[in-house]
Amino acid sequence: MNNVHRLRRSLGRFGLYAAALAVFVFAVFPVYWVLATALRPTGEIFTREPTVFPREITFEHFERVLSGVLIPGTSFWSFLTNSLIVTLGSVAFAALLALLAAIAVARFRFRLRSAFIIMLLVIQMVPVEALIISLFINFFHLGNTLDVELVGNLTGVFVIYVAVSLPITILMIRNFVSAVPKELEEAAAIDGAGGWTIFWRVLMPLVAPGLAAASIFAFITAWNEFLVAFTFLQNNTGAYTLPISLQYYFGAVSIEWGSIMAASTLLTVPVMIFFLFVQRRMVSGLTMGAVKG
Amino acid sequence: MTHTLERPTEPEVSPPGRRQGLSRRTRLGLVPYLLILPALVVLAVVLLWPIGQMLWISLHDYGLQQLRGQDAQWNGFGHYVYVLTDERFWSIFRNTIVVCLSMVALTMVLGTLVGILMHKLPTWASTVLGLGLMLAWATPVISAAIVYRWLFDTRYGLVNTLLNALPDWLVGSGWTDFNWFNSPSTLFPILIVTVVWQSFPFVAISVLAGLKSIPNELYEAARIDGAGAWRSFWSVTVPMLRPLFALLLVLQVIWDFRIFTQLFILGGGVTNRDIALIPTYIFQLGFASTPPNYGMGSAIAVIMTVLVLVISAYYLRTMIRQEEAR
Repeated sequence: MNNVHRLRRSLGRFGLYAAALAVFVFAVFPVYWVLATALRPTGEIFTREPTVFPREITFEHFERVLSGVLIPGTSFWSFLTNSLIVTLGSVAFAALLALLAAIAVARFRFRLRSAFIIMLLVIQMVPVEALIISLFINFFHLGNTLDVELVGNLTGVFVIYVAVSLPITILMIRNFVSAVPKELEEAAAIDGAGGWTIFWRVLMPLVAPGLAAASIFAFITAWNEFLVAFTFLQNNTGAYTLPISLQYYFGAVSIEWGSIMAASTLLTVPVMIFFLFVQRRMVSGLTMGAVKG
Repeated sequence: MTHTLERPTEPEVSPPGRRQGLSRRTRLGLVPYLLILPALVVLAVVLLWPIGQMLWISLHDYGLQQLRGQDAQWNGFGHYVYVLTDERFWSIFRNTIVVCLSMVALTMVLGTLVGILMHKLPTWASTVLGLGLMLAWATPVISAAIVYRWLFDTRYGLVNTLLNALPDWLVGSGWTDFNWFNSPSTLFPILIVTVVWQSFPFVAISVLAGLKSIPNELYEAARIDGAGAWRSFWSVTVPMLRPLFALLLVLQVIWDFRIFTQLFILGGGVTNRDIALIPTYIFQLGFASTPPNYGMGSAIAVIMTVLVLVISAYYLRTMIRQEEAR
């Protein structure tokens, strides 16, 4: 009797591990396959008998991507530079604007406060995929009015990334500002600290982690963004960001899978690193309140 | 907290006889507005105004000439009438709904099962599995789409090779050079797998967090009352996690409704209307047809926005309620 019980239990445990292994393989294999393709010689890629593990490791594809010229007049480095400018720039800008707005929302009661927050929540829901046509037309016209090019270069993309990341960034930072006890600020004020000192010495150190988390979140979104960049930069290869440069490979007669996978790896690495930092916050940020933790 | 206007905590006695243009109280009252002003301006110019424009354009005949400055002709609800009576739109609409719901259902079921699995595993195994899930989750959308296109590649894809190697009685024959990307019946399943692969980790990890938050006493009480594992799942776990499930469901529906990049890569652009979904159809009308039909594209965009807002009404209501409870 006892033996049957034990057998059932170990069978159950075996099933548990088998399921876990299956899920693990399903999740990891495509990621592995990117690397495996990027690291094997071309002859091993274009074959009818692919092997799971590369028989030979080579960095030729990475070298090609890093040194090679995919589109005349551009290089991996120009795509990387564009990506870095537009993502880091927009994240920094959005973080600054969001911090100001978050302080207003968390620390002051004012007439338009609720309206402002509800507007943020609703705007966040409007899909960029739907807005893309009017975004394009607007920036085209705005550029004409202001006499600057906003379409076909990074300016428009930059501004859109700032705006799109603002609502979630404001709401996330707001939570951190609210969590700072008001008494702390009042105590500092009693000690004679001015508004500026309170901001830098009391509020900022406590809000900084939230600012970082929100910024990383915005960074990942902007770094991966495809549709806006593709729509705005289609004809200006010099302004391509990394994600849309990847798409360009498919225009070629035969697709160089080794190079694509190498480029794809290079695109993925920064995201993976940042992801490690914010993974837990991503869950709590998105499901705010539904999990009582 | 009540909804009455709270005064700023600073003392508001303005020293008599030193009146400046504005009283201290008025100036303090302006501070929050000044603080939200920059963000508000950016949002207004970049998002709010285009939302209005989208509505306006959808009611006009709007094409290249209008983009270049010609006045747009009022068209009333012409685009809407055309779209809503158009066979093609409805078939794209149907496909979008079917694909979206399949993605959501698979993501939710798989994610929940994996979340429960992780909860039952010992810590080390759960951590390792969690790291694996994170790799899939963190992969940029475009990279995910590209690797699935490579896995299912017609000539050298791993999947075709595998299907060829497996016995014919199991998987059928004819997999040599089988093209997965041309017809909806084979492309959409790959699209669904690609999207589910990236989104189930989020559900799994959220469900895991939810499971951890359920106090153990509830399960003990259920066991004392004679409930088995199945019963306590339905009577304890599900009710406790209902708000979480509702939220995840809404988020997934909204996200999967907006799928663009994956379809763009897998389908090789947006020109093939047979494999279009609403987001790619909008893009195609606006940027990949000659001449572009911004008016029609905007009408479909308005329909899409309304749908998304209706679907997210529950989410919005929850969030707004939380705001009011603050």
